[in-house]
Amino acid sequence: MQLIELKNVYKRYNNGVTALCDVNLSISKGEFVFVIGDSGSGKSTLIKLLYRQEKPTRGDVFVGGINMSKLRNGRVYKLRRKLGIVFQDYKLLPKMTVYENVAFALEIYGLRRDEIRRRTLKAIEQVGLKDKLRSYPSELSGGEQQRVSIARAIVNNPKVLICDEPTGNLDPKTSMEVMEVIDRINKELGTTIIMATHDEKIVNRMKKRVVQIEKGIVTRDVLKGKYKDEGI
Amino acid sequence: MKAFRILRSSLSESFKGVFRNFSLSLASIFCIAITLVLVGFSIILSYNVNNFTREIEQDMTIVVFLNRKISDEDVKTVGNKIRGLENIKEVKFESKNDVKKSMQEDSEIFNSILEQYNDETNPLQDSYLVKVVDINTIGKTADEIEKIENVDIVKYGEGSVEELVKIFDLVKKIMYGTVVALVLVTIFLIANTIKITIQSRSREIEIRRLVGASNAFIRQPFFFEGIILGFLGSIVPIIGCCFGYRYLYDRLGGQIFTAIIKLVHPSDITFILVLGLLAIGVIVGAFGSYRAVRKYLKI
Ligand SMILES: Nc1ncnc2c1ncn2[C@@H]1O[C@H](COP(=O)(O)OP(=O)(O)O)[C@@H](O)[C@H]1O
Ligand SMILES: [Mg+2]
Repeated sequence: MQLIELKNVYKRYNNGVTALCDVNLSISKGEFVFVIGDSGSGKSTLIKLLYRQEKPTRGDVFVGGINMSKLRNGRVYKLRRKLGIVFQDYKLLPKMTVYENVAFALEIYGLRRDEIRRRTLKAIEQVGLKDKLRSYPSELSGGEQQRVSIARAIVNNPKVLICDEPTGNLDPKTSMEVMEVIDRINKELGTTIIMATHDEKIVNRMKKRVVQIEKGIVTRDVLKGKYKDEGI
Repeated sequence: MKAFRILRSSLSESFKGVFRNFSLSLASIFCIAITLVLVGFSIILSYNVNNFTREIEQDMTIVVFLNRKISDEDVKTVGNKIRGLENIKEVKFESKNDVKKSMQEDSEIFNSILEQYNDETNPLQDSYLVKVVDINTIGKTADEIEKIENVDIVKYGEGSVEELVKIFDLVKKIMYGTVVALVLVTIFLIANTIKITIQSRSREIEIRRLVGASNAFIRQPFFFEGIILGFLGSIVPIIGCCFGYRYLYDRLGGQIFTAIIKLVHPSDITFILVLGLLAIGVIVGAFGSYRAVRKYLKI
């Protein structure tokens, strides 16, 4: 079985909106996958199924061999410990420094202080923010803030890094910097990357696998793809 | 070691929580303190009332005078009938000659008067001395005894003492009721305090969930926060009640009004006061936060 598998997945919200319709997808270890589509096409919904924020209405979602439908609420935290999640709005704590924001994700493990320090510094170094340890989020640019949130997401050495429009709030140049960080994590650490985006330039530049969703239906799934079908 | 480190970080979170919403925490602590002062009063009062009632009960006897010309057999019948009633603890027979003898021994005057009578002409009456289980219904029991054949007069205690016991009992009940009401109010207030802490930290909680914190880990700090509030709220009442009672005891010389009503010695009550107030404070705090956590920290 692949690292991530979706089999005939449907997602219908309580308000009657069908966000995903018969989605089949399989992603293996170490892959870098873009999930693209217009706003409202169902990208975030797909992402949310992967970290069990939502459950599929029909069909099966497997992450690391675990069936998300059968995962009890009380056990979701075990799944999350194997994932790293990055959002468009960074989700940093404003009253904590860069270091504290990243170390925050390790608090739950009850590690020794020096172990926390070692891992936190390593993650911050990986995103290139070593000289900003004591800064607060408000003192950082958008791109730097997003890199802090990426450091927090990888500090627990996740198998999969899930990103929902991580460059959505950034200008093109900063977006590319963030993409380089994510690409390096994929290449150097072998972390599987699944990234939802509607940023054409980035997708075209990176030349990764592209899964396109339109109105909840997967319409295209190509390796080294571009944002738009080039036609024949 | 791991668990210990997690516990330590939860505890430090809890203390931060207490101080973050300090005014609300203070209100909760204050409310717990008031409740506990009342609980302390109740403990002191009920200890004293119980002690006092027990002493009176031991002394409280129904004296049943029998008709003068009663046969020995009828005396026995009356005794058995009394024993057959409810609420009877002890029945003792005292013949008129026993009474005569003891009265003669007690005083010179009685001795000279009673000397004129022999066993046949003894003007006194045979009697039963009856002790009851529940002093509150002693009147009813006395009425029932009076209805028995060959019973002449029934006397028991002094009405005023009985009244006093009843009043104390009522005060005790009102006190209990108030305490229960206050405990409920306090739980509600603590739940509210914790709720506000939870809300003010919703972002932290959200991130914690995303990075894989278990429910227990997320809930722990709030739970401890309630316990800390309960603990802080119990300090002043404990000190106040213990020293207050000791002061009162010394001031009154260990009794109220007369030597009949003796107070419980402070050292007999200190332990239960400290333990009781601390336990109630902590339990109320824990329960308040448990409610808030159950309601506002659903997964
Ligand atoms: N929690 C929700 N409740 C109801 N409808 C939702 C919810 N989340 C998303 N939707 C709907 O599902 C559809 C897909 O949304 P989403 O997955 O967020 O798309 P995208 O991330 O591609 O913009 C939209 O029509 C949206 O309105
Ligand atoms: Mg979205």
